[in-house]
Amino acid sequence: MSATTVSPPEAAAMEVDHVVKAFGGLVAVNDVSLDIPRHAIISLIGPNGAGKTTLFNMLTGLYKPTSGRILFGEREITRTRPDIITKLGVARTFQNIRLFGAMTALENVIVGRHARMRTGVFGAILRPPWVRREEREVQERARELLKFVGLRENSFDRLASQLPYGDQRRVEIARALASEPSLLLLDEPTAGMNPYESEALAQFMRRMRDELNLTILLIEHDMKVVMGVSERVTVLDHGHKIAEGPPAEVRADPAVIEAYLGKQG
Amino acid sequence: MSDADEKNEPSTRSVTVTEGEPGPSDWSEFRAQMREWREGVERVLPPWWSRALAATLIVIGIVLPFLFSADSGFLNATIIAVAYAVMSLGLNIVVGFAGLLDLGYVAFYALGAYTLGWFGSGFFYKAHLHVLVSPVASTLPGIHLNFLLILVAAAAICALAGMLIGLPTLRLRGDYIAIVTLAFGEIIGVVAVNGTSVHLGGGMTLTAGNLGISAVDSPYFPGIGLFNELDLRPWYWLIFGILLLVLFVNLRLRDSRLGRAWVALREDEVAAVSMGIPLVRTKLMAYSIGAAFGGMSGAFFGTYFTVVNASQFQFGFSIFILGMVIIGGLGSIWGAVAGGLLLGYINYYLIPDVLNSLPSKIGLNFQLTEIEFGIYGFLLVIMMILRPQGLIPERRRRLELTGRVSATDSELGEPSAISTLELAE
Repeated sequence: MSATTVSPPEAAAMEVDHVVKAFGGLVAVNDVSLDIPRHAIISLIGPNGAGKTTLFNMLTGLYKPTSGRILFGEREITRTRPDIITKLGVARTFQNIRLFGAMTALENVIVGRHARMRTGVFGAILRPPWVRREEREVQERARELLKFVGLRENSFDRLASQLPYGDQRRVEIARALASEPSLLLLDEPTAGMNPYESEALAQFMRRMRDELNLTILLIEHDMKVVMGVSERVTVLDHGHKIAEGPPAEVRADPAVIEAYLGKQG
Repeated sequence: MSDADEKNEPSTRSVTVTEGEPGPSDWSEFRAQMREWREGVERVLPPWWSRALAATLIVIGIVLPFLFSADSGFLNATIIAVAYAVMSLGLNIVVGFAGLLDLGYVAFYALGAYTLGWFGSGFFYKAHLHVLVSPVASTLPGIHLNFLLILVAAAAICALAGMLIGLPTLRLRGDYIAIVTLAFGEIIGVVAVNGTSVHLGGGMTLTAGNLGISAVDSPYFPGIGLFNELDLRPWYWLIFGILLLVLFVNLRLRDSRLGRAWVALREDEVAAVSMGIPLVRTKLMAYSIGAAFGGMSGAFFGTYFTVVNASQFQFGFSIFILGMVIIGGLGSIWGAVAGGLLLGYINYYLIPDVLNSLPSKIGLNFQLTEIEFGIYGFLLVIMMILRPQGLIPERRRRLELTGRVSATDSELGEPSAISTLELAE
């Protein structure tokens, strides 16, 4: 990183500026702005269909916003290709786990490191010493990451599709971490977990943030996790941002209660 | 026991209840036993065993032609089968590794063969260009390049063509890719037939259509001399060398960053690009490398058959090569070789030489060669029932058919014909 990007701590890791996404007549995300401060854990909540995942897909380049701007650090990534955004330092997991089912857990994590490797066609065919070294290093790093997320070593070489659900979640996080992100987007990471596992994951999020110096943006339905882990909560409903602030404040917000429970009377 | 196996159990059990005879559960047990056995063997064998095996196979491959007379039909079939294996390896990269169903692979056979026709015959008779060719050829009009140069040119031209054909398929998925590539295969075929009307000036045309470009040069290497049809051994060693080269490249690519990226794209495009894999570059790489191998094999066929004829490049050939890849085991390198050799031998040895008169022997009035495509269809059906994963399945796919859950696109909810990614403009 160059000296200019060493910003004061209040500088945002990502800035979302009046972003709109319309699919034909359906406006999935409508004029949403969002600041994600560096080194923070921010939660994005809202009822089903609120546009949370659509927003994620725009932040990672899978969708191009209809209008608005997205800045990552100082660079605009509004219309940047997803693979380049990953290379810049944004990684994500998916709501429905999207591992490469026919690859082993280890291979999944190695693929996650694609953006940090440089072997091309000719390097692959001729396999000079630097390519061998790169292969060795990526293997080692992938093992470290799988250990870091708590996968048992005898599962490393099992096909991802044959791992139990919880382990698949772990591998997906390890795969995301493999690209050495500075911003990690987690799409409902505790879905399908019991309260004990959810709490463990919340702890783990803090650990990732501190040990890997990450910023984390989280889509989450489990209010206990949201309230416990996040410094700030943003609420979406029908594509609009309806509230934003510290967890306790948001929980008491009448608009939020209405969005979740419906209008009274 | 894995999850997938457990899920699979109820269905196999219900079958065995209704049938008294050996049912699918026996099969799966048998397969599981075989798997255990194989894994056990792999543990026991020293780490260098696969290298030793490869070396043995190469030596057998080299001495093989000495076991047959130099102009035997079996050697002829072997040469063609090996050339098929090269094509099968090329298509396997596109269909097997990257998961892009290509039904127009014949296009690269055609382009490779025409590269030979153009640069290794008197077809462009107004031109005079001779590079490292036999003394006879160097006195003839036309462009005459050494076969190795033509091989490189064919690979390069086909790699470029593969990219061009790949471009319009980038936003498509699955069956829709198949339709576009099929169309391109047909376009090349039609251009080959009607190339007689494409005038390049000086009375020269693009192709010779169904008449064919004939009297193409045979390969010539200083010290070895000119290849001829009475001694097939040099032809065999040439194509065997090409096979080894292509095989080596395949193995290296499979276990590389690029090979893993192909498989990742095949498994889940959205997840793959989110992991930093550039979609366009990675897919085009698969198309162009696959096409290059098809072109090399095509150039060899051109010189081996001594004619480049538009009627050789039929849609059925694309399916024939795809059949090799599928019978061998989609995505498996050794499977592609096995599939290519098997169908090559069946096509050029078993059916015409060994079994052709079988129907007449049992009183039927036809020859087996007349129903060869029926035989391939039958083989494919039998394969899909008995061994859907192919003769030598890819390591990854061995367990896949026992119940793996594939990722869906429901989350993104886009029309399925179009890639869910909005590609950068």
